Amino acid sequence: MSAATATASTAPIPPRESWAQRMTRAVSRGPLHLVLIVIALVWLLPTVGLLVASLRPPSESAQTGWWKALTDTSQLTFENYRQILDDPLITQAFWNTVLITVPATLGVVVIGALAAYAFAWIDFRGRDWLFVGVVALLVVPIQVALIPVAKLYGTLGIFGDISGVVLFHVAFGLPFAVFLLRNFFAQIPRELLEAARIDGASELKVFRTVILPIGLPALASLAIFQFLWVWNDLLVALVFADTSNAPLTVAIRSQMRQFGTNFDIIGPAAFLSMLVPLAVFFAFQRYFVQGILAGSER
Amino acid sequence: MAEGPTQGGVDQVPPAAAAAGGRSVLAKREVPQEAPPRPPIVPPRRQHALGYNPRLALFFLLPALVLLGALMLYPIWYTIGRSLFDRAGDSFVGIDNYRRMFELDATRRAIRNNAIWVVSAPTLATGIGLVFAVLAERVRWQTAFKVAVFMPMAISLLAAGVIFRLVYEQDPDRGLANAVATSVVDAVRPPGELAGGRPSQPESVRSTGGGYETRRAFRPGSSVPIGLVAIPPDEIPSDAVRARSPARGGPGTLTGTVWVDFTRGGGGTPGVVDPTEQGLPGVKVEAIRAGDVAGSATTDPDGTFAVSGLDRSDSYRIALPSSNFREPYGGVTWLGPTLVTPSIIAAFLWVWIGFAMIVIGAGLAAIPREVLEAARTDGANEWQVFRRVTAPLLRPVLLVVLVTLVINVLKIFDLVFVIAPPSSQRDANVVALEMWRVSFGGARDQGLGSALSVLLFVLVVPAMIYNIRRLRADRA
Repeated sequence: MSAATATASTAPIPPRESWAQRMTRAVSRGPLHLVLIVIALVWLLPTVGLLVASLRPPSESAQTGWWKALTDTSQLTFENYRQILDDPLITQAFWNTVLITVPATLGVVVIGALAAYAFAWIDFRGRDWLFVGVVALLVVPIQVALIPVAKLYGTLGIFGDISGVVLFHVAFGLPFAVFLLRNFFAQIPRELLEAARIDGASELKVFRTVILPIGLPALASLAIFQFLWVWNDLLVALVFADTSNAPLTVAIRSQMRQFGTNFDIIGPAAFLSMLVPLAVFFAFQRYFVQGILAGSER
Repeated sequence: MAEGPTQGGVDQVPPAAAAAGGRSVLAKREVPQEAPPRPPIVPPRRQHALGYNPRLALFFLLPALVLLGALMLYPIWYTIGRSLFDRAGDSFVGIDNYRRMFELDATRRAIRNNAIWVVSAPTLATGIGLVFAVLAERVRWQTAFKVAVFMPMAISLLAAGVIFRLVYEQDPDRGLANAVATSVVDAVRPPGELAGGRPSQPESVRSTGGGYETRRAFRPGSSVPIGLVAIPPDEIPSDAVRARSPARGGPGTLTGTVWVDFTRGGGGTPGVVDPTEQGLPGVKVEAIRAGDVAGSATTDPDGTFAVSGLDRSDSYRIALPSSNFREPYGGVTWLGPTLVTPSIIAAFLWVWIGFAMIVIGAGLAAIPREVLEAARTDGANEWQVFRRVTAPLLRPVLLVVLVTLVINVLKIFDLVFVIAPPSSQRDANVVALEMWRVSFGGARDQGLGSALSVLLFVLVVPAMIYNIRRLRADRA
């Protein structure tokens, strides 16, 4: 306080009034700051709870709340994590999640970008109608496809396989991908494309050398969105993946029946499954938010 | 987070979107912010195509069309047809599955719960998201705040479900929600010292709905022993000392002892203050005359009490009011039949309010400062500015958020599936969950499952039409 006063009084341009005003404002806004801090804490606390709880031995978790570990840090141990990382069920499930998520993300980006290019820059009869059709599919609930696709996969012999899960995710990711990318590609100046054409580039080359580099931000938004969508999915994998191909979400869910007694598996596994999305979220927050803004209503 | 698309000249924004300030978030759906580097003078053209070339188009479109056709369009068609056949798909049953859908208890409850979800969750999330966005704009650390609230959007609903299962644990020693609830309630309404206690001599002390009262009435000057049993040793207050029989009170005073009428190791006489028995301090004692409280006192560490100021010619019953025996608050049964849906909706809000806040925040940021300043200069206070300027300009954004949330809530599955314990899954049931359950989770009634999917599909058709309309409006 006294330091602040000193600074204010020795400042070259006496901001006496503005300083006083600022103080008044800070004081009058005190309650606002307090409210926001409380809200932020309420929002963070449940996640912190999961993290702390996942670090406690089952004997402690069975008796007391995770907050006891805040005063008695000797309870914290990596033993649960060591155990699940040794558990082939969990490691296999983690690996399955990766095997599903990476191809499903790449697939939707590549196939979506190709289609979006056609919708944006190649003329053909019925183009607008077809695009309207794709936009209409944006909100189709996946439930409506579960039964027939399960039957179809049965016929094709891929029911239970990772490939079936991947294909389903790509298909249901496409309407959003085409919608987002077409709108972005359509903004690319025609001159750039024409210049490449005049230089004798083929359509594929134009796509690769002009569209893709310029469209990178949109592609990144889409990729992050799709990545999180697939990584976090439970229902699609629950229906189409058999036990050996089940991702983490399904593996964790199968332990939920005995929530209390299985918490030493459920807690750390759930936190483990959150780490990758959280890392992606913090690293690419801007693109994620853009994807959200563009993708409202999916 | 959102560069206002209103900065004139820059043609990153399609004219349709730039035209109205309030539509600016919709502009964002047209153009992610990282607009391509390009000469700033080229106006967007309606006619993008480089040339008429259906064959080339087909080459680019083929993979997408095959997947969309095989895994979306054909399935929609198939499911509609399948819903008219029986559980195994062998015989045509007409609208029988739809009739059963509205008759069976499980599906009816699911539909009713979905209705509760659709009515409450989207509006709450949008409303609270709006409040958060408006509040956050006023502090410098708004980014940190937004990250905290938005973070749950990144994690899976399964993880969110695990998180909230932990929060909602029934035991207040383990579940955060009940730990908070019980400490608040117990602070406001402290539990009694004698929770669980009962009289050692029911023949002379009777129960009065929670508390106890002597059957006989006593004249002032008497001494009244009230022995209690069934109080566990660790519940006896730590300041308790050996119980004592008090001296008889003077005129107008009733005395007595409240004590643990139980000699450890045996040997005591019921109704008599035996040498090793402990007094019960802090117990509220009342003297009752004709149903009214005529005087009261609190016991000392040795269990003795003295109620004075009584009429020496009257007689009084001695009562231990029910507040002495109040059990500590056990917490709320969050995941029991009645509260399970509201509890899961709260978890949904935890996840989705961040979404509402971010989209609405982008809409707020796009409102031109000058408009707000002009209103303030005209003498409007902050509430009027919000009510008359901000809110109307935000309307389109709020609508987008609301529609998005309704679509999501209709298909809600993971949270209910994960949070509701097996015992209350039926009470928490929703359409998407019941659809999975009857189609894949045992019953294998894919006719009914298809009917439920068609119901979900029909419910999103208005959103579909709304999307198409908006697309056409944006492009016109």
